[in-house]
Amino acid sequence: MSIFHDLIYDYTLRNVALGSAVLGIVSGVLGCFAVLRRQGLMGDALSHAALPGVCLAYMLTGSKTPVTLMLGAAAAGWIGMLIILQITRRTRIDPGSALGIILTVFFGLGVVLLTVIQKGNDANQAGLDKFLFGQAAALVESQVVTMAVIGGIALLIVTALYKEFKLLAFDAEFAGTLGLRTHALGTLLTGLLVVAIVIGLNTVGVILMSAMLVAPASAARQWTNSLSHMILYSALIGALSGLVGAVLSVVETGVPTGPVIVLCLAAAVIFSLLFGSAQGIAWDWVRRLKRRNGMKETTT
Amino acid sequence: MSTFAQVALVAVAAGLSCALAGVFLVLRRMAMMADAISHAILPGIVGGYVLAKGPNIFLGFIGATLAGLLTVFLVEALTKSKRVKQDSAIGLVFPALFALGVLVVSKFFANVHIDTDAVLYGEIAFAPFDTFSIGGRDLGPQSLWVLGGLTLVNAAFLIVFYKELKLSTFDAGLAATLGFLPGLLHYLLMGMVAVTTVGAFSAVGAILSVALIIVPPVTASLLTRRLPVLIGLSMLIGTGSAMLGYQLSSAWDVSISGMIATTLGAVFGITLMAAPKQGLVAQLLRRRSQRTQFATEMLVVHLAAHEATPQQDQESTLLHLEQELGWESNRAAQIVSIAEQRGLVVSQDGAMALTVEGKGLARAVSER
Repeated sequence: MSIFHDLIYDYTLRNVALGSAVLGIVSGVLGCFAVLRRQGLMGDALSHAALPGVCLAYMLTGSKTPVTLMLGAAAAGWIGMLIILQITRRTRIDPGSALGIILTVFFGLGVVLLTVIQKGNDANQAGLDKFLFGQAAALVESQVVTMAVIGGIALLIVTALYKEFKLLAFDAEFAGTLGLRTHALGTLLTGLLVVAIVIGLNTVGVILMSAMLVAPASAARQWTNSLSHMILYSALIGALSGLVGAVLSVVETGVPTGPVIVLCLAAAVIFSLLFGSAQGIAWDWVRRLKRRNGMKETTT
Repeated sequence: MSTFAQVALVAVAAGLSCALAGVFLVLRRMAMMADAISHAILPGIVGGYVLAKGPNIFLGFIGATLAGLLTVFLVEALTKSKRVKQDSAIGLVFPALFALGVLVVSKFFANVHIDTDAVLYGEIAFAPFDTFSIGGRDLGPQSLWVLGGLTLVNAAFLIVFYKELKLSTFDAGLAATLGFLPGLLHYLLMGMVAVTTVGAFSAVGAILSVALIIVPPVTASLLTRRLPVLIGLSMLIGTGSAMLGYQLSSAWDVSISGMIATTLGAVFGITLMAAPKQGLVAQLLRRRSQRTQFATEMLVVHLAAHEATPQQDQESTLLHLEQELGWESNRAAQIVSIAEQRGLVVSQDGAMALTVEGKGLARAVSER
């Protein structure tokens, strides 16, 4: 099979596949907490909110290296997250509205900054807006390494604080009575989403990032009722979808990687919703059918 | 009409139609549906393109609206299955539909220019060049007609279904009991949001149309609790920000839709800080005055408890307050001086005594 050969020896395919798999693992793990804490749309809002950070990082440093832009994206995403959390804590505004406001306003500000940069007639700025739209095919080895290191740190933090995060996800009030600093822990856990987003921006892009966080976790949830298993399955589904999506998009030329990965994830979600061993819908149908047949037998 | 005036009119029409569509969406806590719909219309536009075998504004419009309604239906179905929470359902459906759209475009229309970035940014500056004409007479920008028409349709919808929308938003159970078909109303409302998003996004871009739908009603909700006032304020904030944002963008020569969204953000930020009752500053001041009031009441009750007892002289010094009530020295001095100003307490030789008013307050507090 030449595809396996290429996976190891083809520079582009190896980077795209590895990068997508790393993203799948990190967003799969962090997505579980986001889904359980009803922050499924946080990823969408924060990935849009990253745009002004990317622009400012470029304007301040004049450099377009991925690390600079990622730092800018992380800073803006983090600020956006803090504002969203403060708005929902301190006012009657519902979380969805707070997300929507930060998403659109930050993105609008970013578009303004983009036009300011473009006015500068600086030849170097070309393609800055592409940073947000995902260009997995252009991933280079150093980027994949950076993604793996940053993602690894995020996963280490989750491992170290696993017990606390678990309690926070299921019973934040009880966590508070135990003396855990729930606000600080919640901010940290949501903040880790920013890490996944920053990794994902130059792989799948702003719009599809939301699915990278929500889909693996939602699919994994259908197979188990235990958090640790859910995280494991979610990381696996994320990694596999990333890998398969990357390979498919390279085999089928002219197809962008991000959308293929998302459609793989969508397929995984649909399959899990139907056949998941914990709460698959198909088993409901089977059970109903059996009950009806059982009734027939007892009545005849 | 000058180009400047035409763009300004388009911006105002966008502000009006979006604000009208947004009020009940925000009140029903479904603001992010607007974002989802605005992204998910891409496959609908592509579908219209395929059916018409070329760019066709009517089929594109219908396809986009249907895609918006499909988003609503899928989110609803996922949420009702109880396997997925609503926020996750939204986060699953629109990226999948958007990915489908991008994939079809890149696979089958690689040579056709459907710029996915343009779907997001939009370019209102080009609005005057797409003119609408009947029988050779130029009738002005096409998007002005579309958005003006949407404003009228949305206003008519709100007027006709005002009572039903109000009841089903604030008491869905009662609305269902009275036979108001909340499900049908929900789809009508979502259809309105979808049509408005589709109409607005070709002129102002997806992100700005979402900003114009969400930000004005949320900002207005910080200022009033009355529905008619809320609707009026939303329209005012939407159009005002659109005008101001457009002025600023032409003064600074930056993106119009970006600047309008930024202006909306600034208006929201100022309101969040300074709103008379719900604003953060008002909340802070209220908390501070409550603390002071509570401390003053503690002081008079403390003094009243020790009045005419042998320990009165020791109990009523500043130093003692610091020890017994656990106040820091400047806090104690501050509270005492506030109590003196209000005529509740008088100080003589370092000891405090209650005035008649002070005794009255102490009694009132004790009996509370």
